[in-house]
Amino acid sequence: MSEGRSRSFYVLSFLFGLYVLFLYGPTVTIVALSFQGPEGGMTFPMNGMSLHWFRNLGAGIGVPYVVDALLNSLKLGALVTVLTVVISLMAGLAFRRSFRGQSMLLYTAIASLILPSIIVSLGIALEFQIIDQNVKAVGDAYEVDAIQNSYQTAMGLMSSGLGAHLTWTLPFGVLIMFAIFNRFNSAYEEAARDLGASSWQTFAYVLVPIIAPSLLGVALFGFTLSWDEIARSSQAVGADNTLPLNLQGLTTTVTTPVIYALGTVTTGISFAVIIVTVSIVLLVQRRRSRHGSDAGKGLA
Amino acid sequence: MPLPVKTDDKQAMTHHARWTSYWQAAPLAAVLLLFFVLPLLVTFIVSFWSYTGYSIEPGLIFDNYRDAFDRCIVALPDLCTTFRTYLSTLRFCLIVWLLTLVIGFTIAYYLTFEIRTMTVRLVLALVCTIPFWTSNVIRMISWVPLLGRNGLVNQLLVGAGIMDQPLDWLLYSNFSVLLAFVHLNTVFMIVPIANSMSRIDKALIEAARDAGATGWQILLYIIVPLSKTGIAIGSIFVITVVMGDFITIGIMGGQQIASAGKVIQTQIGALQFPIAAANAVVLLVVVLMIIATLIRFVDIRKEL
Repeated sequence: MSEGRSRSFYVLSFLFGLYVLFLYGPTVTIVALSFQGPEGGMTFPMNGMSLHWFRNLGAGIGVPYVVDALLNSLKLGALVTVLTVVISLMAGLAFRRSFRGQSMLLYTAIASLILPSIIVSLGIALEFQIIDQNVKAVGDAYEVDAIQNSYQTAMGLMSSGLGAHLTWTLPFGVLIMFAIFNRFNSAYEEAARDLGASSWQTFAYVLVPIIAPSLLGVALFGFTLSWDEIARSSQAVGADNTLPLNLQGLTTTVTTPVIYALGTVTTGISFAVIIVTVSIVLLVQRRRSRHGSDAGKGLA
Repeated sequence: MPLPVKTDDKQAMTHHARWTSYWQAAPLAAVLLLFFVLPLLVTFIVSFWSYTGYSIEPGLIFDNYRDAFDRCIVALPDLCTTFRTYLSTLRFCLIVWLLTLVIGFTIAYYLTFEIRTMTVRLVLALVCTIPFWTSNVIRMISWVPLLGRNGLVNQLLVGAGIMDQPLDWLLYSNFSVLLAFVHLNTVFMIVPIANSMSRIDKALIEAARDAGATGWQILLYIIVPLSKTGIAIGSIFVITVVMGDFITIGIMGGQQIASAGKVIQTQIGALQFPIAAANAVVLLVVVLMIIATLIRFVDIRKEL
């Protein structure tokens, strides 16, 4: 950097620094406050240092059902991640050729991304309410014991909740796949085919290893978006709460730093996922630039 | 996981290829149909239904819409509740849009034109996007210890003698709602604008400079016009998020500020599903009109 920097560089660097402070400052605050002693309050000054509030959190003191909600969110997040990667990859492959209705499918996915979540959430809730009313009506009409005695609702974390999350994660996944395949050099596939690879072999040993880092990116979006999702889940998860929903309820009732401890744990899990994913991607890229592509070795 | 058909026979492959795209796209289409398109249709239909305390009843009534616009026309020029709510929501939209646009554009400009090495740019871009992957609710709660009546900001203001007593309007107010909106949504401006800017040929800027253009002229006549698509995409994101919001306004407004989304949430809470559906349809129409206006500036496919 021998060339001197203009004044605008320093002004903008300062502004960027302010923005980063604005972005991270509040989070740093609650992480600090969550490590207070048992006498700690909701704001500064810090009152001692301890893991008191994390122990309370683990024991569920003052934060009922929070462990259940955390497990619910992890389970749902894992399933959403897998489905987002698989479905987005398949859709990405489909969009490489032209097929009838492809514009409509793309625009529907984009609409699903930008239309207000409260509308999507309400729509899913209504859809399942109508399903429930019809199932119960059938149960009554034909006197089906199983329905009359035990059917409550089809709504749930893994039905309507899963669907609600996918309407949010899939558009991101599909758009990322679009970006990936727009930059993908199909000469690799042609080379594989010329060497006699079947389309399954081309897919599994050439295409997937090459785009594996990007697929990890899709997985990262899938998990973190689901892990934090609240607006679409709000009306659509049924009786079980996800962690963000539980947390939202707690904002009005909890008045101890235990809620900050919960915030620290949630953010910690997000950060762990982000750091692990980004490191793997960087590692793979570095290895590739050293050894050339490892495509064909079946490793990702 | 279903995978491409295994076949070594070239002719069989072309025969299969015709259908390949369809079954590959099928899962996406199925999810969107079941959990997006059908729910929207159901919402539209239910907005004409009636309801009892515990169920919704098919019908074709317009009471729900009449409820939504209760005395809105006769009361003019006084604004009815619905109009006031929409006006307040639109005002939030406008202010948040302006703030995120200015901040987002500045950050994107810095990342694209002032940072010279790819690695630094990547790291700084990650720094900007990582919070997007963490919980919004937590990020809202994080303002409480700073902005509360006994929060850090008030402690500093009173301690420094700038204020005699703590400010009340820092938290659970229009101010904190705006702050949180900007805090959470500026990233939606940064990413698409930086994406547009990264495609601007640096030679254009050099040429302008050689021809004697000042920094502001370059910004105004070259960079802004060529970032138009990114600005439009970012604007669509920010405006639709704020238009439909009920979480941020709820938490940061202390559940006291109305918004178009919050009205729907309240009606769902009261099990008035058809009325909520009618309000959802109204909100949908408003949002679609806004998008239709903004989409003229973009060709989304070109951006990917």
